[in-house]
Amino acid sequence: MKRKLIGALVGAAVVSLAAGQAFAQKGAAKLSGDMVKIGVLTDMSGVYSDLGGQGSVTAAQMAIDDFKAQAKPSWKIELVYADHQNKADVGSNKAREWYDTQGVDMITDALNSAVALAVSKVTLEKKRILLDTGAASTRLTNEDCSPNTVHYVYDTYALANGPGKAVTKQGKDSWYFLTADYAFGHSLEKDTMDAVKANGGKVIGAVRHPLNASDFSSFLLQAQASKAKVVGLANAGGDTINSIKAANEFGLTKTQTIVGLLTTIIDIHALGLPTTQGMMFTEGFYWNLNNETREWSRKFFGKHKKMPSMLHAGTYSAVMTYLKAVQATGTDEADAVMKHLKATTINDMFAKGGKIREDGRMVHDMYLVEVKKPAESKEPWDYYNIKAVIPGSEAFQPMSLSRCPLVKK
Amino acid sequence: MTEIFGIPIQAFMGQLMLGLVNGSFYAMLSLGLAVIFGMLNIINFAHGALYMAGAMLAWMGLNYFGIGYWWSLLLAPLGVGVIGIFIERSMLQWLYKLDHLYGLLLTFGLALILEGLFRDLYGVSGLPYSIPEEFAGAYNLGFMFLPKYRAWVILASLLVCFATWFVIEKTRLGAYLRAATENPKLTQAFGINVPLMVMLTYGFGVALAGFAGVLAAPAMQISPLMGSNLIIVVFAVVVIGGMGSILGSIVTGLGLGVIEGLTKVFYPEASSTVVFIIMAIVLLVRPAGLFGREK
Repeated sequence: MKRKLIGALVGAAVVSLAAGQAFAQKGAAKLSGDMVKIGVLTDMSGVYSDLGGQGSVTAAQMAIDDFKAQAKPSWKIELVYADHQNKADVGSNKAREWYDTQGVDMITDALNSAVALAVSKVTLEKKRILLDTGAASTRLTNEDCSPNTVHYVYDTYALANGPGKAVTKQGKDSWYFLTADYAFGHSLEKDTMDAVKANGGKVIGAVRHPLNASDFSSFLLQAQASKAKVVGLANAGGDTINSIKAANEFGLTKTQTIVGLLTTIIDIHALGLPTTQGMMFTEGFYWNLNNETREWSRKFFGKHKKMPSMLHAGTYSAVMTYLKAVQATGTDEADAVMKHLKATTINDMFAKGGKIREDGRMVHDMYLVEVKKPAESKEPWDYYNIKAVIPGSEAFQPMSLSRCPLVKK
Repeated sequence: MTEIFGIPIQAFMGQLMLGLVNGSFYAMLSLGLAVIFGMLNIINFAHGALYMAGAMLAWMGLNYFGIGYWWSLLLAPLGVGVIGIFIERSMLQWLYKLDHLYGLLLTFGLALILEGLFRDLYGVSGLPYSIPEEFAGAYNLGFMFLPKYRAWVILASLLVCFATWFVIEKTRLGAYLRAATENPKLTQAFGINVPLMVMLTYGFGVALAGFAGVLAAPAMQISPLMGSNLIIVVFAVVVIGGMGSILGSIVTGLGLGVIEGLTKVFYPEASSTVVFIIMAIVLLVRPAGLFGREK
């Protein structure tokens, strides 16, 4: 079905080109294939498909529509999307195919760190651009950084640092971790442990659970027995949801503080406020922040029937920023666009004063949020109290700690 | 404090209890699979999806029609049973004479369709279903804090498993069923409507999955993927117990739940694989499974 749709899109593109719609307008950009083509590579059907998935496609399409309406470009913009099934090989093959045969200029979303790292390599090799709005691993801007990749929305360092610092400073200084047993979980666990220790807390222990475990009660009982004041959930998606549910059932929430390290509004919506009230975590975006975010998010809601996750908002912002850069430089050649991007300050509903650093990290403010009590929530999706705005300079790993070879020291 | 293998006895008992809860789900699901395989010779890969459908029906009943937990416990399995009967009449009945592989492929396809359908409707993050008020709270067993709902899960599943075993092994109806499995032509010659029995057996088998789904709904997040996460383990349970063995699937289901629970304490990383290691060993030593008879 998806393949057919993409096929149809490509078909339509070929037909329109064959019909001879030349781009002879004045000042027309020098574009490969006479158009800008954007690919959303995401999980369309698996565990992360609510986080990115169709919502990211919708957000990218909104950005294209808005850009067309505002800037009235003389060139064409096309959107393609595909399901990487959370498999690095599927993702990198798709990226290669897009770059080689379909003239895709920029790929976005690319959630799942394993997929993102693979696609980043292909992107460098093919000299295109990856604006990654979905992956979490800090490796993207450290060991595996690339001049062609921007890590746009969040990373494990930013997720770990907010609650690691804030919760520990509240006197809840002993931590136990429930960690998904793969690269992402380990990295999130390590970053949080560092943050906890740096703020005077101590780590009592950790239990590693397999990805997509069907039952978490056993692991939570171990966390309960540890008598730690805080139980950190270094997992994501369905695993986080089931951990929180079981934590409630077994009474952990009465005696210990549960901190979901990668929790998003999608998880809160799935669990409901009675189960999640009082939880604290870091978010990159909240729809109910100010008039600008509300206006954009309501528009998104109208199309997607759910409020946006930080990935969705980030994807909109990334696509819009990219298109503006193409217009400003008059080309879709990666080096020129990237140079412009790194000199740009991003100001939109997602980021205020956002800057793309040398290592590819997009630095913007993050939010430490606390989930509202059911009585405090005034309308559907009204879920967070913003406890603190973490300035970009504190939220993300400082350049002095960077392990990226591109960074000159 | 007394310790077993370096673990306080209280923690040990707690994990045993939790293993029993998970084992209850394994037992109920593998029981349905065993009944279906025993009577129909179909490897029902749609079992996990129908378990998910049971939970989904309970959620839909509550949110669209205001049907509470207790009625769901009755109605959702009935609904799943009806879906099962439809599947059997429209598709499966043509496959009995063919190789197992055809039934497996068909039901696998059905599972994908069902999951895809619900994923499209509700997304993958799942839907919340709160624990019925009667079961809010927990028992303090001294060695652990056992949520009342989990205790109910163990009780309900043991009752259902025992009733199924009793009907099939000890009643006249069960005798007909077993005869129909052994020799359908001869049984039919005695005036027993074999196709009807087969249809009802499939309906009952999947209704068991639906029942397990409703039981799981308050304890786990209802999500389109909840069945596929579980079904592979359940198949391993059936293989270990012996394909088609009723008692085997109940005992192995509970037993493996406990073993898995203990693995989560001693070496959590292996908790998702321990069942398969046991399966490999059992297949090497007793290819027909622990309770299976070689034909």
